[in-house]
Amino acid sequence: MADTPILLREQQYHQIKAVLARLRMDASAKVVFLVDKDGQEIASLGEVGNLDTTSLASLAAGNVAATGGMAQLIGEKEFPTLSHEGEKDSIHISVIGRLLLVVVFDERSSLGLVKLRSKQVSQQLASMFDEIASSDYDDLDSPFAGITDEDIDSLFS
Amino acid sequence: MTFINYASREINCKIVYYGPGLCGKTTNLQYIFDSTAPQARGKLISLATETDRTLFFDFMPLELGTVRGFKTRFHLYTVPGQVFYDASRKLILKGVDGVVFVADSQEERMDANVESLYNLEENLKSQGYDLMKIPYVLQLNKRDLGNVVPVEDLAAELQRKGEPVVEAVASTGAGVFDTLKAVAQQVLTELRKG
Repeated sequence: MADTPILLREQQYHQIKAVLARLRMDASAKVVFLVDKDGQEIASLGEVGNLDTTSLASLAAGNVAATGGMAQLIGEKEFPTLSHEGEKDSIHISVIGRLLLVVVFDERSSLGLVKLRSKQVSQQLASMFDEIASSDYDDLDSPFAGITDEDIDSLFS
Repeated sequence: MTFINYASREINCKIVYYGPGLCGKTTNLQYIFDSTAPQARGKLISLATETDRTLFFDFMPLELGTVRGFKTRFHLYTVPGQVFYDASRKLILKGVDGVVFVADSQEERMDANVESLYNLEENLKSQGYDLMKIPYVLQLNKRDLGNVVPVEDLAAELQRKGEPVVEAVASTGAGVFDTLKAVAQQVLTELRKG
């Protein structure tokens, strides 16, 4: 298989959230979230309210994948950042290895500030994620190790 | 690629519906969306053309329930079936945990089925996957139409590895959940293996 599952420990999850919280404050952003390139939301923070972060994560990944495809067609490896400016709210996406850092902001912030602050935490997030990807998970009790056919059937009953 | 979050006790898996243009991939998702309680699913996102043909993908998160204290969520995607959207299809297969191939049972779509299945094998390969190893279900859709190929002939032509074959009429929902269950079971069984 191409990828191994991502297993996120509770402590790692809280560390990521702490980095996102600081970024959100430093960048005066509304919402900050971290998404896997395949569209899985890893963590989100901020004025999430009614925001459909699951769909947003999937679309952000689709967006990056599509523009990445375009980049390759013109001879670029990828476009490392993407920005979409709206009338009130805007989105900035940074590609950090297999992660996407998505920042939603409004007039309380600016694209320049968001870009700067995102770049500042990129390295930290990248190394945190490297650690997650290379961790030994033998001590974690897999929720599926003892799963029975009845458990699976019960999901569809 | 499966994502297991021990903090929020969630498991997320990705399932992709593949198949030739107009075979009923979006109709499968639409039926699941319409017949699932709102609290168990998110929005159905359709990136479609003005004539309702899938342009990039359809997406819908579906929460099936709890296994051993973990919320089990499946992210369902479709690919655009039309031949010229191949670049998009490749992208959507990234990180896939299970595939449903939706075949159009009509005689005149047999070539399109074969071509799309070949395309699936190639695109999986380009993403580092092997169809022979990945959780996989063959759905024979549009069984209600008059000009359909017999099930055994379709299976003989399209079945690759003894995968479950489900007869379906996605527009009425027949076989839709059986298909989803068949692929979800395989994905969860893979997780059990570790």
